[in-house]
Amino acid sequence: VIDAPTRDEGALRALVPRVLAGLVRRGEDFHDAEDALQEALLEAMRVWPEHPPRDPRAWLTTVATRRLVDARRSEAARVRREETTDAEPRPGPTEEGDDTLFLLFLCCSPELAPASQVALTLRAVGGLTTREIADAFYVPEATMAQRISRAKRTLHGRRLDSLGDLAVVLRVLYLVYTAGHAGRVDLATEAIRLARQLTLATEEPEARGLLALMLLNHARLAARFDAEGRIVPLDRQDRRLWDARQIAEGVRVLQSALALERPGRYQIEAAIAALHDDAATTEETDWPQILAWYDDLVVLSDDPVRQDPAAMLGRAVAVGHVIGPAAGLRETDRLREVLGGRHRWHAVRGHLHELGGDLAAAADAYAEAARLATDVAEREHLVRQAARARAAG
Amino acid sequence: MPKYLLLKHYRGGPEQHHPFPPMDQWAPADVEAHFAFLTHLGDLLRESGELVDVQALTPAQTWVRYGGPDAAPVATDGPHPEVSDLVAGWYLVDVDSRERALEIAAQISSEPGPGGGPLYEWIDVREVMSHAPSQVTEPA
Repeated sequence: VIDAPTRDEGALRALVPRVLAGLVRRGEDFHDAEDALQEALLEAMRVWPEHPPRDPRAWLTTVATRRLVDARRSEAARVRREETTDAEPRPGPTEEGDDTLFLLFLCCSPELAPASQVALTLRAVGGLTTREIADAFYVPEATMAQRISRAKRTLHGRRLDSLGDLAVVLRVLYLVYTAGHAGRVDLATEAIRLARQLTLATEEPEARGLLALMLLNHARLAARFDAEGRIVPLDRQDRRLWDARQIAEGVRVLQSALALERPGRYQIEAAIAALHDDAATTEETDWPQILAWYDDLVVLSDDPVRQDPAAMLGRAVAVGHVIGPAAGLRETDRLREVLGGRHRWHAVRGHLHELGGDLAAAADAYAEAARLATDVAEREHLVRQAARARAAG
Repeated sequence: MPKYLLLKHYRGGPEQHHPFPPMDQWAPADVEAHFAFLTHLGDLLRESGELVDVQALTPAQTWVRYGGPDAAPVATDGPHPEVSDLVAGWYLVDVDSRERALEIAAQISSEPGPGGGPLYEWIDVREVMSHAPSQVTEPA
């Protein structure tokens, strides 16, 4: 029982935010504490297999503290020369909240660019190594190391008593999730893990909405690609491959969020995902209810065509299924100016043309979508769709 | 070992040996065969330890230049009829010899097209300049 973390990387990583938050609350600088903890983790991987600690969390805290003391000692001479009087420890934050939430707010500081927020969150809260994060985003390790170190410099010496914006935290976690499953590190699972921790720390319904949305989408993962790695669109997926347990959890989390009666975009998107998950066959999809949720989603923006074109595009598909393909296409016309240069707009029109039986127009739209696609798997999927519609037409 | 960049082009290069229509006009089975061939080739190069990188580029091209002091950068979007060359993607391979690089390029070029026959696509083979002298000799 005691040495479980040595064999379970997940358990070890789960300790990271708690140890780090403990150090920072004690008054250590985030920048230095994070460095020291990374060194302690490397030390743990080396030492624990032979000598498992009795209390892994205390062990990490002790080793990281020793590093901090060592670093301060070598720094002390320089500080004395400069006759700095700032000797007392910085005051820690007064609020007592969950460690994860505390660190998430710190890593998702609005002062940082989104790419840096994501990288820092994965390292300081997720406990991933720089190498793992670099692999997940297909950049060289040196590039990611630089990105993280710049982000930490930005936060250097920052007072930690002002909490940030939960909306930014949610967006960062969603970015981590959508960064996908392709890399060697499964970021989608990591994002779900972090979102789950977040929901333990806050009652905020949108945090639960985000967790539900991730679970309800992730449940379809096994059906989303075939054995050759080809994309399988929702209407052709083998629904027996969907993860019923994850869907059930997603629905439960969503219901607990909706019960608080403070709707938001993640809850609404989760509700739409739940309706797709709930259909035993694609024909049984409850499109009228999906359309009703999209109506709720688009009114969250003053000018949805410009501010939330993705929601408008999703709504156009729902309109195509509820009212008819021609009506759906008319909805997309309103988006031409904003989205006409994006592959998804053409792909949706291809889908609506196909729904209406105009296979030649569908093939042209899919081909144009393929030309504009920026993802290899997606482009190949769209070329296939175009060739298939062309051959059938 | 020398590195070679094997470039695929959307357009440009010598006259097509064997003109072919855009891919969305191929039979679906031919599209599948084409993708399967390229996946297989990538696997082979990975297994042989020769593949450094393989990437595809979107066809959207923008030329940008410095605009001068206190001026915004100058950008123009393609297509440019006078500039016929448009790179579609590349394989970066680390191989024993130039012959091996040409062999791989020919293999890429044999990818199946409409009807299942080879595409005979021209591949642009470029050697990557090295950072170390190829022969280390002591000064005389």
